[in-house]
Amino acid sequence: MSVIAQNLSWGVRRRTIVSDVSLTVAPGQTLGLIGPNGSGKSSLLRLLAGLRRPASGQVEIHGRNIAQIPRKALSREVAFVQQSAATDTNVTVADVVRLGRTPHRSALAGWSEADEAAVTEALDRVGMTSRRRQAWQTLSGGERQRVHIARALAQAPQVMFLDEPTNHLDIHHQIEILRMVRDLDLTSIIALHDLNLAAMYCDRIVVLQGGSVCACGTPEEVLTPDLLRDVFRVSAHIDASADAGRPHIRFTTE
Amino acid sequence: MGPERTEGGAGRLALFLCLSGLVLAFAVAAATAIGDYNIALRTVFLSVTNELGLTGAEIAPIEQSVVWNLRLSRALVAALAGAGLAICGAILQALLRNALAEPFVLGVSAGASTGAVCVIVLGIGAGGLSLSLGAFAGAFAAFALVALLSNGATSGPNHTTLAGLAASQLFNALTSYIVTTSGNAQQARDVMFWLLGSFGGVRWPDFQLLLLVVVFCLAVCIWMARSLDAFTFGDEDAASLGVPVGRIRLVLFGVTALLTATIVSMVGAIGFVGLVVPHAARYVVGPLHLRLLPACAVVGAVFMVIADIVSRVIATQQTVPIGVVTALVGVPFFAIILYRARPQT
Repeated sequence: MSVIAQNLSWGVRRRTIVSDVSLTVAPGQTLGLIGPNGSGKSSLLRLLAGLRRPASGQVEIHGRNIAQIPRKALSREVAFVQQSAATDTNVTVADVVRLGRTPHRSALAGWSEADEAAVTEALDRVGMTSRRRQAWQTLSGGERQRVHIARALAQAPQVMFLDEPTNHLDIHHQIEILRMVRDLDLTSIIALHDLNLAAMYCDRIVVLQGGSVCACGTPEEVLTPDLLRDVFRVSAHIDASADAGRPHIRFTTE
Repeated sequence: MGPERTEGGAGRLALFLCLSGLVLAFAVAAATAIGDYNIALRTVFLSVTNELGLTGAEIAPIEQSVVWNLRLSRALVAALAGAGLAICGAILQALLRNALAEPFVLGVSAGASTGAVCVIVLGIGAGGLSLSLGAFAGAFAAFALVALLSNGATSGPNHTTLAGLAASQLFNALTSYIVTTSGNAQQARDVMFWLLGSFGGVRWPDFQLLLLVVVFCLAVCIWMARSLDAFTFGDEDAASLGVPVGRIRLVLFGVTALLTATIVSMVGAIGFVGLVVPHAARYVVGPLHLRLLPACAVVGAVFMVIADIVSRVIATQQTVPIGVVTALVGVPFFAIILYRARPQT
Protein backbone atom coordinates (compact mmCIF):
# COMPACT_ATOMS: atom_id res chain seq x y z
CA MET A 1 0.00 0.00 0.00
CA SER A 2 1.18 3.49 -0.74
CA VAL A 3 1.83 6.05 1.96
CA ILE A 4 1.41 9.70 1.06
CA ALA A 5 2.07 12.54 3.47
CA GLN A 6 1.01 16.05 2.61
CA ASN A 7 2.37 19.13 4.36
CA LEU A 8 2.70 17.50 7.78
CA SER A 9 3.54 19.82 10.66
CA TRP A 10 3.74 19.07 14.35
CA GLY A 11 5.32 20.62 17.40
CA VAL A 12 5.38 20.78 21.15
CA ARG A 13 4.18 24.11 22.51
CA ARG A 14 5.84 26.71 20.31
CA ARG A 15 8.71 24.55 19.13
CA THR A 16 8.13 23.11 15.68
CA ILE A 17 9.55 19.61 15.36
CA VAL A 18 8.14 18.51 12.01
CA SER A 19 7.65 21.27 9.50
CA ASP A 20 5.72 20.98 6.25
CA VAL A 21 6.84 17.48 5.30
CA SER A 22 5.44 15.86 2.18
CA LEU A 23 6.55 12.48 0.93
CA THR A 24 5.35 9.51 -1.08
CA VAL A 25 6.18 5.85 -0.62
CA ALA A 26 5.13 3.44 -3.34
CA PRO A 27 3.63 0.06 -2.45
CA GLY A 28 6.27 -2.50 -1.47
CA GLN A 29 9.06 0.05 -1.20
CA THR A 30 11.48 0.37 1.70
CA LEU A 31 11.98 4.02 2.63
CA GLY A 32 14.86 5.08 4.84
CA LEU A 33 14.45 8.14 7.03
CA ILE A 34 17.81 9.62 7.93
CA GLY A 35 18.96 12.80 9.57
CA PRO A 36 21.01 14.06 12.51
CA ASN A 37 19.83 13.69 16.11
CA GLY A 38 16.83 15.90 16.76
CA SER A 39 15.97 16.28 13.09
CA GLY A 40 12.45 14.91 13.71
CA LYS A 41 12.79 11.33 12.41
CA SER A 42 10.98 9.67 15.28
CA SER A 43 8.27 12.31 15.41
CA LEU A 44 7.65 12.10 11.67
CA LEU A 45 7.46 8.31 11.90
CA ARG A 46 4.79 8.58 14.61
CA LEU A 47 2.81 11.09 12.58
CA LEU A 48 2.93 8.78 9.56
CA ALA A 49 1.82 5.80 11.68
CA GLY A 50 -1.09 7.77 13.15
CA LEU A 51 0.28 7.60 16.71
CA ARG A 52 0.35 11.39 16.85
CA ARG A 53 -2.09 13.82 15.38
CA PRO A 54 -0.45 16.39 13.11
CA ALA A 55 -1.07 20.08 13.78
CA SER A 56 -1.66 20.42 10.06
CA GLY A 57 -1.45 18.28 6.95
CA GLN A 58 -2.58 14.72 6.49
CA VAL A 59 -1.40 11.19 5.85
CA GLU A 60 -3.03 8.90 3.33
CA ILE A 61 -2.45 5.18 3.38
CA HIS A 62 -3.81 3.40 0.35
CA GLY A 63 -5.75 6.52 -0.56
CA ARG A 64 -7.52 6.91 2.78
CA ASN A 65 -6.88 9.69 5.29
CA ILE A 66 -5.69 7.87 8.42
CA ALA A 67 -7.23 10.47 10.70
CA GLN A 68 -10.60 9.10 9.62
CA ILE A 69 -9.79 5.43 10.18
CA PRO A 70 -10.65 4.08 13.65
CA ARG A 71 -7.61 3.22 15.79
CA LYS A 72 -8.28 -0.51 15.78
CA ALA A 73 -8.95 -0.75 12.04
CA LEU A 74 -5.77 1.22 11.35
CA SER A 75 -3.77 -1.24 13.48
CA ARG A 76 -4.85 -4.05 11.20
CA GLU A 77 -3.04 -2.32 8.33
CA VAL A 78 -0.21 -0.47 9.99
CA ALA A 79 2.34 -1.83 12.47
CA PHE A 80 4.88 0.14 14.45
CA VAL A 81 8.11 -1.21 15.93
CA GLN A 82 9.58 0.98 18.66
CA GLN A 83 13.27 1.14 19.36
CA SER A 84 14.10 -1.32 22.15
CA ALA A 85 10.71 -1.47 23.88
CA ALA A 86 11.10 -3.18 27.25
CA THR A 87 8.93 -4.73 29.91
CA ASP A 88 9.29 -6.06 33.45
CA THR A 89 6.44 -8.49 32.98
CA ASN A 90 7.38 -12.14 32.87
CA VAL A 91 6.08 -12.99 29.38
CA THR A 92 7.15 -15.62 26.86
CA VAL A 93 8.12 -15.03 23.24
CA ALA A 94 4.78 -16.47 22.13
CA ASP A 95 2.89 -14.16 24.52
CA VAL A 96 4.58 -11.14 22.97
CA VAL A 97 3.89 -12.21 19.39
CA ARG A 98 0.27 -12.99 20.28
CA LEU A 99 -0.15 -9.35 21.33
CA GLY A 100 0.09 -8.59 17.63
CA ARG A 101 -3.30 -10.23 17.15
CA THR A 102 -4.93 -7.67 19.48
CA PRO A 103 -6.44 -5.53 16.70
CA HIS A 104 -7.91 -8.63 15.05
CA ARG A 105 -9.72 -9.95 18.14
CA SER A 106 -12.84 -8.78 19.90
CA ALA A 107 -12.85 -8.42 23.69
CA LEU A 108 -13.75 -11.98 24.62
CA ALA A 109 -13.22 -13.89 21.37
CA GLY A 110 -11.28 -17.13 21.62
CA TRP A 111 -7.98 -17.81 19.96
CA SER A 112 -8.76 -18.70 16.32
CA GLU A 113 -6.94 -20.83 13.77
CA ALA A 114 -6.14 -17.67 11.82
CA ASP A 115 -4.58 -16.11 14.93
CA GLU A 116 -2.43 -19.16 15.53
CA ALA A 117 -1.40 -19.32 11.87
CA ALA A 118 -0.38 -15.65 11.90
CA VAL A 119 1.70 -16.11 15.06
CA THR A 120 3.38 -19.28 13.77
CA GLU A 121 4.20 -17.66 10.45
CA ALA A 122 5.54 -14.51 12.08
CA LEU A 123 7.80 -16.50 14.40
CA ASP A 124 9.00 -18.56 11.47
CA ARG A 125 9.70 -15.44 9.43
CA VAL A 126 12.10 -14.05 12.05
CA GLY A 127 13.59 -17.46 12.84
CA MET A 128 12.34 -17.64 16.41
CA THR A 129 10.02 -20.65 16.12
CA SER A 130 12.13 -22.81 18.40
CA ARG A 131 12.12 -20.10 21.07
CA ARG A 132 8.36 -19.61 21.36
CA ARG A 133 8.22 -20.76 24.97
CA GLN A 134 11.32 -18.93 26.09
CA ALA A 135 10.99 -16.11 28.61
CA TRP A 136 11.31 -12.62 27.10
CA GLN A 137 13.70 -11.54 29.85
CA THR A 138 16.25 -14.17 28.81
CA LEU A 139 16.54 -12.96 25.18
CA SER A 140 19.45 -10.94 23.84
CA GLY A 141 18.94 -7.50 22.31
CA GLY A 142 18.89 -8.80 18.74
CA GLU A 143 16.44 -11.56 19.63
CA ARG A 144 14.13 -9.09 21.36
CA GLN A 145 14.10 -6.88 18.30
CA ARG A 146 13.28 -9.89 16.12
CA VAL A 147 10.40 -10.80 18.41
CA HIS A 148 9.10 -7.22 18.21
CA ILE A 149 9.19 -7.49 14.44
CA ALA A 150 7.42 -10.85 14.63
CA ARG A 151 4.73 -9.22 16.74
CA ALA A 152 4.34 -6.47 14.16
CA LEU A 153 4.09 -9.14 11.43
CA ALA A 154 1.40 -10.98 13.41
CA GLN A 155 -0.68 -7.83 13.00
CA ALA A 156 -0.72 -8.77 9.30
CA PRO A 157 0.01 -5.18 8.29
CA GLN A 158 0.42 -3.74 4.81
CA VAL A 159 2.71 -1.03 6.08
CA MET A 160 5.37 -1.31 8.75
CA PHE A 161 7.12 1.55 10.54
CA LEU A 162 10.38 0.89 12.37
CA ASP A 163 12.06 3.42 14.64
CA GLU A 164 15.80 2.75 14.61
CA PRO A 165 15.31 -1.01 14.82
CA THR A 166 19.05 -1.71 14.73
CA ASN A 167 20.04 0.42 17.72
CA HIS A 168 22.33 -1.33 20.19
CA LEU A 169 22.73 -4.34 17.90
CA ASP A 170 26.02 -5.71 16.62
CA ILE A 171 26.69 -5.41 12.90
CA HIS A 172 25.64 -8.98 12.11
CA HIS A 173 22.24 -8.46 13.71
CA GLN A 174 21.84 -5.00 12.17
CA ILE A 175 22.29 -6.45 8.71
CA GLU A 176 20.16 -9.47 9.47
CA ILE A 177 17.24 -7.32 10.62
CA LEU A 178 17.39 -4.88 7.74
CA ARG A 179 17.68 -7.69 5.19
CA MET A 180 14.66 -9.34 6.75
CA VAL A 181 12.63 -6.14 6.61
CA ARG A 182 13.64 -5.43 3.01
CA ASP A 183 12.61 -8.91 1.93
CA LEU A 184 9.18 -8.63 3.54
CA ASP A 185 6.37 -8.24 1.09
CA LEU A 186 5.15 -4.95 2.48
CA THR A 187 5.74 -1.23 2.45
CA SER A 188 8.18 -0.25 5.16
CA ILE A 189 9.48 3.04 6.48
CA ILE A 190 12.58 2.87 8.67
CA ALA A 191 14.28 5.57 10.69
CA LEU A 192 18.01 4.81 10.60
CA HIS A 193 21.27 6.26 11.82
CA ASP A 194 23.76 4.21 9.85
CA LEU A 195 24.07 5.82 6.42
CA ASN A 196 25.78 2.85 4.79
CA LEU A 197 23.08 0.49 5.97
CA ALA A 198 20.47 2.93 4.71
CA ALA A 199 22.22 2.93 1.35
CA MET A 200 22.36 -0.85 1.25
CA TYR A 201 18.83 -1.73 2.26
CA CYS A 202 16.53 1.16 1.34
CA ASP A 203 14.99 1.71 -2.09
CA ARG A 204 14.64 5.39 -1.39
CA ILE A 205 15.93 7.76 1.25
CA VAL A 206 14.45 10.89 2.78
CA VAL A 207 16.87 13.19 4.57
CA LEU A 208 15.47 15.32 7.37
CA GLN A 209 17.09 18.43 8.74
CA GLY A 210 15.49 20.62 11.37
CA GLY A 211 12.13 18.97 10.82
CA SER A 212 12.00 19.52 7.05
CA VAL A 213 12.82 17.30 4.11
CA CYS A 214 16.10 18.48 2.60
CA ALA A 215 16.63 15.65 0.11
CA CYS A 216 14.67 12.75 -1.23
CA GLY A 217 15.45 10.07 -3.79
CA THR A 218 17.40 6.90 -4.41
CA PRO A 219 20.53 6.34 -2.28
CA GLU A 220 22.75 7.27 -5.24
CA GLU A 221 20.88 10.54 -5.78
CA VAL A 222 20.75 11.55 -2.15
CA LEU A 223 24.02 10.48 -0.58
CA THR A 224 26.50 12.97 -1.96
CA PRO A 225 29.57 14.50 -0.29
CA ASP A 226 27.89 17.91 -0.34
CA LEU A 227 24.78 16.68 1.45
CA LEU A 228 26.81 14.81 4.06
CA ARG A 229 28.81 17.94 4.75
CA ASP A 230 25.78 20.23 4.92
CA VAL A 231 23.46 18.00 6.91
CA PHE A 232 25.68 15.71 8.96
CA ARG A 233 28.74 17.97 9.12
CA VAL A 234 31.16 15.24 8.05
CA SER A 235 33.43 14.96 5.03
CA ALA A 236 33.28 11.74 3.09
CA HIS A 237 34.09 10.00 -0.15
CA ILE A 238 31.32 8.16 -1.90
CA ASP A 239 32.32 5.01 -3.78
CA ALA A 240 30.05 2.87 -5.85
CA SER A 241 30.18 -0.41 -4.00
CA ALA A 242 30.34 -3.75 -5.73
CA ASP A 243 26.98 -4.50 -4.12
CA ALA A 244 24.54 -3.64 -6.93
CA GLY A 245 26.05 -0.22 -7.40
CA ARG A 246 24.84 1.07 -4.05
CA PRO A 247 26.86 4.03 -2.80
CA HIS A 248 29.39 3.28 -0.11
CA ILE A 249 30.35 6.09 2.23
CA ARG A 250 33.90 6.37 3.48
CA PHE A 251 34.32 9.02 6.12
CA THR A 252 37.56 10.98 5.93
CA THR A 253 39.52 13.06 8.36
CA GLU A 254 39.89 16.61 7.10
CA MET B 1 -9.36 -22.15 22.25
CA GLY B 2 -7.18 -25.08 21.13
CA PRO B 3 -3.70 -23.57 20.96
CA GLU B 4 -3.97 -21.68 24.24
CA ARG B 5 -5.04 -24.90 25.88
CA THR B 6 -2.06 -26.75 24.49
CA GLU B 7 0.16 -24.05 25.91
CA GLY B 8 -1.13 -25.06 29.33
CA GLY B 9 -3.31 -21.98 29.79
CA ALA B 10 -7.06 -22.44 29.90
CA GLY B 11 -7.05 -25.95 31.35
CA ARG B 12 -4.67 -25.00 34.12
CA LEU B 13 -6.71 -21.89 34.89
CA ALA B 14 -9.97 -23.86 35.10
CA LEU B 15 -8.38 -26.36 37.47
CA PHE B 16 -6.91 -23.54 39.53
CA LEU B 17 -10.23 -21.68 39.74
CA CYS B 18 -12.11 -24.86 40.74
CA LEU B 19 -9.61 -25.69 43.46
CA SER B 20 -9.55 -22.11 44.73
CA GLY B 21 -13.35 -22.04 44.72
CA LEU B 22 -13.41 -25.14 46.90
CA VAL B 23 -10.81 -23.67 49.24
CA LEU B 24 -12.83 -20.45 49.38
CA ALA B 25 -16.02 -22.34 50.30
CA PHE B 26 -14.16 -24.18 53.01
CA ALA B 27 -12.55 -20.97 54.31
CA VAL B 28 -15.92 -19.23 54.49
CA ALA B 29 -17.36 -22.22 56.37
CA ALA B 30 -14.41 -22.14 58.76
CA ALA B 31 -14.76 -18.38 59.23
CA THR B 32 -18.40 -18.91 60.13
CA ALA B 33 -17.65 -21.71 62.58
CA ILE B 34 -14.64 -20.18 64.34
CA GLY B 35 -14.90 -17.34 66.80
CA ASP B 36 -15.12 -16.46 70.49
CA TYR B 37 -17.80 -19.08 70.55
CA ASN B 38 -17.11 -22.00 68.23
CA ILE B 39 -19.98 -23.57 66.35
CA ALA B 40 -19.87 -27.06 64.83
CA LEU B 41 -19.55 -27.12 61.03
CA ARG B 42 -22.73 -29.29 60.86
CA THR B 43 -24.65 -26.62 62.73
CA VAL B 44 -23.21 -23.93 60.45
CA PHE B 45 -24.32 -25.87 57.40
CA LEU B 46 -27.81 -26.50 58.73
CA SER B 47 -28.22 -22.88 59.84
CA VAL B 48 -27.47 -21.71 56.33
CA THR B 49 -29.79 -24.24 54.70
CA ASN B 50 -32.49 -23.34 57.25
CA GLU B 51 -32.20 -19.67 56.36
CA LEU B 52 -32.34 -20.51 52.68
CA GLY B 53 -35.52 -22.50 53.38
CA LEU B 54 -34.00 -25.80 52.27
CA THR B 55 -34.15 -27.54 55.64
CA GLY B 56 -36.04 -27.15 58.88
CA ALA B 57 -33.51 -28.54 61.33
CA GLU B 58 -33.79 -27.83 65.06
CA ILE B 59 -31.01 -25.40 65.94
CA ALA B 60 -30.67 -23.05 68.88
CA PRO B 61 -31.92 -19.66 67.61
CA ILE B 62 -28.88 -17.90 69.06
CA GLU B 63 -26.52 -20.10 67.04
CA GLN B 64 -28.56 -19.70 63.92
CA SER B 65 -28.54 -15.95 64.37
CA VAL B 66 -24.79 -15.79 65.01
CA VAL B 67 -24.09 -17.87 61.93
CA TRP B 68 -26.42 -16.07 59.57
CA ASN B 69 -26.55 -12.49 60.82
CA LEU B 70 -23.02 -12.02 62.08
CA ARG B 71 -20.46 -14.43 60.77
CA LEU B 72 -21.60 -15.46 57.31
CA SER B 73 -22.21 -11.90 56.13
CA ARG B 74 -18.87 -10.90 57.59
CA ALA B 75 -17.02 -13.76 55.89
CA LEU B 76 -18.64 -13.02 52.54
CA VAL B 77 -17.86 -9.30 52.78
CA ALA B 78 -14.27 -10.22 53.62
CA ALA B 79 -14.13 -12.46 50.54
CA LEU B 80 -15.51 -9.72 48.29
CA ALA B 81 -13.20 -7.08 49.74
CA GLY B 82 -10.19 -9.34 49.20
CA ALA B 83 -11.27 -10.09 45.65
CA GLY B 84 -11.87 -6.40 44.88
CA LEU B 85 -8.55 -5.18 46.30
CA ALA B 86 -6.62 -7.88 44.45
CA ILE B 87 -8.29 -6.98 41.13
CA CYS B 88 -7.52 -3.29 41.67
CA GLY B 89 -3.90 -4.12 42.44
CA ALA B 90 -3.50 -6.20 39.28
CA ILE B 91 -4.99 -3.48 37.09
CA LEU B 92 -2.96 -0.65 38.57
CA GLN B 93 0.24 -2.68 38.31
CA ALA B 94 -0.46 -3.11 34.59
CA LEU B 95 -1.57 0.47 33.87
CA LEU B 96 1.15 2.15 35.91
CA ARG B 97 3.72 -0.44 34.78
CA ASN B 98 4.91 -0.60 38.36
CA ALA B 99 5.25 -3.80 40.36
CA LEU B 100 4.80 -1.79 43.55
CA ALA B 101 1.42 -0.34 42.56
CA GLU B 102 -1.48 -1.21 44.88
CA PRO B 103 -5.08 0.00 45.23
CA PHE B 104 -4.14 2.97 47.41
CA VAL B 105 -1.43 4.34 45.15
CA LEU B 106 -3.80 6.90 43.63
CA GLY B 107 -4.57 8.46 47.00
CA VAL B 108 -7.94 6.79 47.42
CA SER B 109 -7.32 5.53 50.97
CA ALA B 110 -5.85 8.84 52.08
CA GLY B 111 -8.93 10.63 50.75
CA ALA B 112 -11.21 8.11 52.41
CA SER B 113 -9.53 8.62 55.77
CA THR B 114 -9.87 12.38 55.47
CA GLY B 115 -13.56 11.91 54.74
CA ALA B 116 -13.93 9.54 57.68
CA VAL B 117 -12.08 11.90 60.00
CA CYS B 118 -14.37 14.72 58.97
CA VAL B 119 -17.26 12.58 60.17
CA ILE B 120 -15.66 11.15 63.34
CA VAL B 121 -13.92 14.29 64.56
CA LEU B 122 -15.73 17.22 63.02
CA GLY B 123 -19.08 15.49 63.41
CA ILE B 124 -20.29 16.23 59.92
CA GLY B 125 -23.34 13.95 59.78
CA ALA B 126 -23.66 11.14 62.33
CA GLY B 127 -23.97 7.37 62.49
CA GLY B 128 -22.49 4.44 60.61
CA LEU B 129 -23.90 5.23 57.20
CA SER B 130 -22.54 8.75 57.11
CA LEU B 131 -19.09 7.50 58.12
CA SER B 132 -19.11 5.32 55.02
CA LEU B 133 -20.50 8.13 52.92
CA GLY B 134 -17.86 10.53 54.24
CA ALA B 135 -15.11 8.06 53.43
CA PHE B 136 -16.54 7.43 49.99
CA ALA B 137 -16.78 11.15 49.25
CA GLY B 138 -13.20 11.68 50.46
CA ALA B 139 -11.94 8.80 48.34
CA PHE B 140 -13.54 10.19 45.24
CA ALA B 141 -12.31 13.69 45.99
CA ALA B 142 -8.78 12.28 46.04
CA PHE B 143 -9.31 10.42 42.79
CA ALA B 144 -10.75 13.54 41.17
CA LEU B 145 -7.65 15.47 42.22
CA VAL B 146 -5.39 12.78 40.73
CA ALA B 147 -7.41 12.74 37.52
CA LEU B 148 -7.08 16.53 37.32
CA LEU B 149 -3.33 16.54 38.02
CA SER B 150 -2.64 13.78 35.54
CA ASN B 151 -4.68 15.27 32.72
CA GLY B 152 -7.66 12.94 33.06
CA ALA B 153 -5.36 10.05 34.00
CA THR B 154 -4.15 10.06 30.39
CA SER B 155 -0.58 11.19 31.02
CA GLY B 156 2.12 8.59 31.34
CA PRO B 157 2.36 6.06 34.19
CA ASN B 158 5.02 7.94 36.13
CA HIS B 159 3.10 11.19 35.92
CA THR B 160 -0.04 9.50 37.22
CA THR B 161 1.89 7.79 40.04
CA LEU B 162 3.36 11.13 41.09
CA ALA B 163 -0.09 12.74 41.00
CA GLY B 164 -1.33 9.92 43.27
CA LEU B 165 1.59 10.52 45.60
CA ALA B 166 0.79 14.23 45.79
CA ALA B 167 -2.86 13.51 46.52
CA SER B 168 -1.94 10.96 49.23
CA GLN B 169 0.39 13.41 50.92
CA LEU B 170 -2.16 16.20 50.79
CA PHE B 171 -5.00 14.15 52.23
CA ASN B 172 -2.81 12.51 54.87
CA ALA B 173 -1.71 15.95 55.97
CA LEU B 174 -5.33 17.11 56.10
CA THR B 175 -6.22 14.08 58.21
CA SER B 176 -3.36 14.72 60.64
CA TYR B 177 -4.24 18.39 60.79
CA ILE B 178 -7.86 17.73 61.66
CA VAL B 179 -7.02 15.06 64.24
CA THR B 180 -4.32 17.10 66.00
CA THR B 181 -6.18 20.39 66.07
CA SER B 182 -9.67 19.27 66.92
CA GLY B 183 -9.62 15.63 68.02
CA ASN B 184 -9.14 14.08 71.44
CA ALA B 185 -7.18 10.94 72.29
CA GLN B 186 -10.20 8.65 72.01
CA GLN B 187 -11.14 10.05 68.60
CA ALA B 188 -7.58 9.66 67.40
CA ARG B 189 -7.71 6.01 68.49
CA ASP B 190 -11.02 5.51 66.71
CA VAL B 191 -9.59 6.95 63.51
CA MET B 192 -6.45 4.85 63.78
CA PHE B 193 -8.44 1.67 64.35
CA TRP B 194 -10.80 2.45 61.50
CA LEU B 195 -7.89 3.08 59.16
CA LEU B 196 -6.31 -0.30 59.86
CA GLY B 197 -9.52 -1.94 58.83
CA SER B 198 -12.15 -4.11 60.48
CA PHE B 199 -14.91 -6.38 59.35
CA GLY B 200 -16.75 -5.89 62.66
CA GLY B 201 -20.21 -4.50 62.07
CA VAL B 202 -20.65 -5.45 58.42
CA ARG B 203 -24.09 -6.90 57.67
CA TRP B 204 -26.08 -8.21 54.72
CA PRO B 205 -26.84 -4.81 53.14
CA ASP B 206 -23.07 -4.20 52.97
CA PHE B 207 -22.65 -7.56 51.27
CA GLN B 208 -25.33 -6.80 48.70
CA LEU B 209 -23.84 -3.42 47.82
CA LEU B 210 -20.31 -4.77 47.63
CA LEU B 211 -21.38 -7.78 45.57
CA LEU B 212 -22.97 -5.45 43.05
CA VAL B 213 -19.89 -3.23 42.83
CA VAL B 214 -17.38 -6.11 42.66
CA VAL B 215 -19.31 -8.00 39.98
CA PHE B 216 -19.76 -4.85 37.92
CA CYS B 217 -16.11 -3.84 38.17
CA LEU B 218 -14.82 -7.36 37.49
CA ALA B 219 -17.02 -7.55 34.40
CA VAL B 220 -15.69 -4.23 33.06
CA CYS B 221 -12.11 -5.25 33.76
CA ILE B 222 -12.48 -8.64 32.07
CA TRP B 223 -14.04 -6.91 29.10
CA MET B 224 -10.89 -4.77 28.87
CA ALA B 225 -8.45 -7.54 29.84
CA ARG B 226 -7.02 -7.92 26.35
CA SER B 227 -6.40 -4.21 26.08
CA LEU B 228 -4.57 -4.37 29.41
CA ASP B 229 -2.23 -7.01 27.99
CA ALA B 230 -1.37 -4.59 25.19
CA PHE B 231 0.13 -2.23 27.81
CA THR B 232 2.96 -4.75 28.40
CA PHE B 233 5.42 -2.62 26.41
CA GLY B 234 3.98 0.76 27.33
CA ASP B 235 1.32 3.22 26.24
CA GLU B 236 2.60 3.96 22.76
CA ASP B 237 2.95 0.30 22.00
CA ALA B 238 -0.62 -0.29 23.16
CA ALA B 239 -1.76 2.52 20.86
CA SER B 240 0.03 0.93 17.91
CA LEU B 241 -1.90 -2.28 18.65
CA GLY B 242 -5.15 -0.39 18.21
CA VAL B 243 -5.98 0.15 21.88
CA PRO B 244 -7.70 3.47 22.69
CA VAL B 245 -5.14 4.19 25.41
CA GLY B 246 -6.66 7.32 26.94
CA ARG B 247 -10.16 5.88 27.20
CA ILE B 248 -9.00 2.55 28.64
CA ARG B 249 -6.85 4.26 31.25
CA LEU B 250 -9.60 6.61 32.35
CA VAL B 251 -12.27 3.89 32.55
CA LEU B 252 -10.02 1.46 34.41
CA PHE B 253 -8.73 4.10 36.83
CA GLY B 254 -12.34 5.08 37.46
CA VAL B 255 -13.36 1.46 38.05
CA THR B 256 -10.51 0.82 40.48
CA ALA B 257 -11.31 4.06 42.31
CA LEU B 258 -14.98 3.08 42.63
CA LEU B 259 -14.09 -0.38 43.89
CA THR B 260 -11.40 0.80 46.31
CA ALA B 261 -13.54 3.66 47.63
CA THR B 262 -16.46 1.29 48.27
CA ILE B 263 -14.27 -1.21 50.10
CA VAL B 264 -12.39 1.40 52.12
CA SER B 265 -15.57 3.18 53.15
CA MET B 266 -17.01 -0.14 54.36
CA VAL B 267 -14.10 -1.86 56.08
CA GLY B 268 -11.20 0.60 56.16
CA ALA B 269 -7.92 0.69 54.29
CA ILE B 270 -6.71 -2.90 54.37
CA GLY B 271 -3.20 -2.97 53.00
CA PHE B 272 -1.00 -5.61 51.45
CA VAL B 273 -3.71 -7.73 49.75
CA GLY B 274 -3.81 -5.56 46.65
CA LEU B 275 -0.03 -5.53 46.39
CA VAL B 276 0.79 -9.16 46.98
CA VAL B 277 -2.09 -11.22 45.62
CA PRO B 278 -1.57 -10.13 41.98
CA HIS B 279 2.07 -11.19 42.18
CA ALA B 280 1.12 -14.54 43.68
CA ALA B 281 -1.60 -15.09 41.08
CA ARG B 282 0.71 -14.07 38.22
CA TYR B 283 3.16 -16.63 39.47
CA VAL B 284 0.54 -19.37 39.08
CA VAL B 285 -1.54 -18.42 36.01
CA GLY B 286 0.86 -16.14 34.12
CA PRO B 287 0.62 -12.48 33.13
CA LEU B 288 -2.33 -12.48 30.71
CA HIS B 289 -5.18 -10.54 32.28
CA LEU B 290 -8.05 -12.65 31.02
CA ARG B 291 -6.69 -15.38 33.32
CA LEU B 292 -5.02 -13.19 35.90
CA LEU B 293 -8.08 -11.18 36.95
CA PRO B 294 -10.34 -14.15 37.87
CA ALA B 295 -7.38 -15.78 39.61
CA CYS B 296 -6.73 -12.59 41.60
CA ALA B 297 -10.37 -12.48 42.60
CA VAL B 298 -10.44 -15.98 44.12
CA VAL B 299 -6.96 -15.82 45.66
CA GLY B 300 -7.70 -12.40 47.17
CA ALA B 301 -10.99 -13.70 48.56
CA VAL B 302 -9.40 -16.77 50.16
CA PHE B 303 -6.53 -14.72 51.56
CA MET B 304 -8.82 -12.13 53.16
CA VAL B 305 -11.18 -14.70 54.70
CA ILE B 306 -8.23 -16.53 56.25
CA ALA B 307 -6.73 -13.25 57.46
CA ASP B 308 -10.05 -12.39 59.08
CA ILE B 309 -10.13 -15.74 60.90
CA VAL B 310 -6.59 -15.18 62.13
CA SER B 311 -7.43 -11.65 63.27
CA ARG B 312 -10.19 -13.02 65.48
CA VAL B 313 -8.28 -15.90 67.07
CA ILE B 314 -4.71 -14.58 67.30
CA ALA B 315 -5.36 -12.63 70.49
CA THR B 316 -7.97 -13.80 72.99
CA GLN B 317 -10.82 -11.48 73.81
CA GLN B 318 -9.87 -8.91 71.24
CA THR B 319 -9.74 -8.41 67.52
CA VAL B 320 -6.44 -7.45 65.92
CA PRO B 321 -6.94 -4.97 63.04
CA ILE B 322 -7.21 -6.90 59.79
CA GLY B 323 -4.56 -4.75 58.10
CA VAL B 324 -2.03 -5.95 60.66
CA VAL B 325 -2.91 -9.57 59.99
CA THR B 326 -2.80 -9.29 56.18
CA ALA B 327 0.78 -8.09 56.48
CA LEU B 328 1.74 -10.68 59.10
CA VAL B 329 0.21 -13.57 57.15
CA GLY B 330 1.12 -12.22 53.75
CA VAL B 331 4.79 -11.43 54.11
CA PRO B 332 5.95 -15.04 54.64
CA PHE B 333 3.99 -16.20 51.57
CA PHE B 334 5.35 -13.32 49.57
CA ALA B 335 8.87 -14.07 50.72
CA ILE B 336 8.55 -17.61 49.39
CA ILE B 337 7.32 -16.38 46.00
CA LEU B 338 10.04 -13.74 45.77
CA TYR B 339 12.64 -16.34 46.61
CA ARG B 340 11.39 -18.87 44.07
CA ALA B 341 10.89 -16.28 41.32
CA ARG B 342 14.29 -14.62 41.79
CA PRO B 343 16.20 -14.04 38.55
CA GLN B 344 18.38 -17.04 37.69
CA THR B 345 21.76 -15.46 37.22
